[in-house]
Amino acid sequence: MSDGYFGIHGGQYIPETLMNAVLELEQAYDHYKRDPGFQAELTGLLNNYTGRPSLLYFAEKMSRDLNGAKIYFKREDLNHTGSHKINNVLGQALLAKRMGKTRVIAETGAGQHGVATATAAALMGMACEIFMGKEDIDRQRLNVYRMELLGAQVHAVTSGTRTLKDAVNETMREWTRRVADTHYVLGSVMGPHPFPTMVRDFQSVIGREVRQQMLQQEGRLPDALLACVGGGSNAMGLFYDFIAEPEVRLIGCEAAGRGIDTAETAATMATGSPGIFHGMKSYFCQDRYGQIAPVYSISAGLDYPGVGPEHAHLRDTGRAEYVPVTDDQAVEAFEYLSRTEGIIPAIESAHAVACARKLAPAMGKDQILVVNLSGRGDKDVAAIARYRGEQIDE
Amino acid sequence: MNKLQQSFSNGKAFIPFITAGDPSLEVTEQLALQMAAAGADLIELGIPFSDPIAEGPVIQAANNRALAAGTTTDKIFAMVGRIRKSSRTPLAFMTYMNPIFTYGTEKFMQSCQKVGVDAVIVPDVPYEERAELAPYCAKYGVTLISMVAPTSNHRIRMIAGAAQGFIYCVSSMGVTGVRQEIGSDVEQMIELVKEVKDIPCAVGFGISTPEQAKEIARFADGVIVGSAIVKIIAQHGASCVPYVVKYVQGMINAVK
Repeated sequence: MSDGYFGIHGGQYIPETLMNAVLELEQAYDHYKRDPGFQAELTGLLNNYTGRPSLLYFAEKMSRDLNGAKIYFKREDLNHTGSHKINNVLGQALLAKRMGKTRVIAETGAGQHGVATATAAALMGMACEIFMGKEDIDRQRLNVYRMELLGAQVHAVTSGTRTLKDAVNETMREWTRRVADTHYVLGSVMGPHPFPTMVRDFQSVIGREVRQQMLQQEGRLPDALLACVGGGSNAMGLFYDFIAEPEVRLIGCEAAGRGIDTAETAATMATGSPGIFHGMKSYFCQDRYGQIAPVYSISAGLDYPGVGPEHAHLRDTGRAEYVPVTDDQAVEAFEYLSRTEGIIPAIESAHAVACARKLAPAMGKDQILVVNLSGRGDKDVAAIARYRGEQIDE
Repeated sequence: MNKLQQSFSNGKAFIPFITAGDPSLEVTEQLALQMAAAGADLIELGIPFSDPIAEGPVIQAANNRALAAGTTTDKIFAMVGRIRKSSRTPLAFMTYMNPIFTYGTEKFMQSCQKVGVDAVIVPDVPYEERAELAPYCAKYGVTLISMVAPTSNHRIRMIAGAAQGFIYCVSSMGVTGVRQEIGSDVEQMIELVKEVKDIPCAVGFGISTPEQAKEIARFADGVIVGSAIVKIIAQHGASCVPYVVKYVQGMINAVK
């Protein structure tokens, strides 16, 4: 058995052609995560390029309105490029550079990971190619143009369901074609080992900052942490530092689409079953013969039929809870947060906001809820308008 | 002599691949029987998967056609049972881990034994994860085929050491599909395997012409051809059988 298991989940289920590349990555990551020079360079970039630490903002008006727990937002939306994705991308691009790679490739769903990868490639002078489902390209045109502005080449993926899962397939295929000079910047806590561990480590800065900021602002740890989960990188980043604090509830909010009792859903924890796909053993939306289901969510970033293996393990052990949030609930939360706090969240993050709206009123006023605002919503404005029956040009 | 040894006992082996259920299981059954009659030494049957990450566009499309036609693992087992009534040519399943795992790995291998599938090739299970399959393969007498790739380098020793039946040598980088040029590394790859173990080596990925097949057969024990056959099936649909058989005969002549 390979390394990189979380309970029964994880592993390295990839073609032989990629094995040496993945093992080389594993070794390089093991080395550089302990290398003070590498860590100093990464911290420098996170502070001076991304703008970390990101704010932990007390949403006073929303807390008053919901009349329950105090709600704090971890403002990953204020990062350079507009989401948490940049934390992981800077780490991987720096690592790829140290490994002598000159080209990076990546999948993207909503486009945020693609934009972050294109940004890091521009900064570090690397060639960059992004694979994006044709359907997502149509949903997220602005982000496509943004990636091209940054010097990346964007490939439309027309196989399968033409969304995030197919973009991952195509990026893996491209990696088997050309692996010697190329690093695959995987965007979430998924795929073969070491990606789930490495991406979680690069994102865990979110939770470490929350702990410190919470102790400064409230003098204690929060009662619950909320984050949206597609593959699960912003959630793992927020949760990781608190796994050993059993009194802190960890809640992942997955995309239910039109509802978990319909076929148009992407809620893997609620509707999926164990499987082995995209390099990992975990939970997947699939039929009884193991054919991966064509999932659906209004959010291109959560429109994925699997979930990272560490989340699968947190669910198995009962350490984290996972709740489904529908399109309707997410869109309402998107509008609510815009009006109530003057913050337009990414539609992905709006799934966690929707969950907070339900949870906060049931909690005491002395309790504290932290919601990861993983990205900003500018990219979603036109799609939400369409959802509400209004046609506006992007 | 087990059935896989039989595949490599009649000179160089020719190993055609088709996706089961493309365009229908009835056609797959005919193709398998007639390719066997034409002298194919081992037939690879692909169990279609929604997301075949090691395949190029040609076999991806075949997977989609087969699934759209309602092909399932159970129906494929039933078809193999029918093939086995009149043909003893060795058969291997080629599929991905998820269809096997979701079916139940033990139940899958038990069914292979029951209907007479001799081997499985699972491209997303590398050496490190073979424990997922190997115990069940051993229990039900199904040979787990190992793959080596142009990037395997020092891993070849380890992979060959544990290999059974034959070794599937991936000729070049990337996914399946017809190629103009086959990499020259594959000959060296086979030499490395043979240093460790005297086991047949069959080469696949990219081979389509009799000239290429002849050249590969110079140093390999077998030649695997998939995309070129699947292309003929895509072109002729339900009436593809005679066209495929003619192509396969030509390839067998080139290899032997």
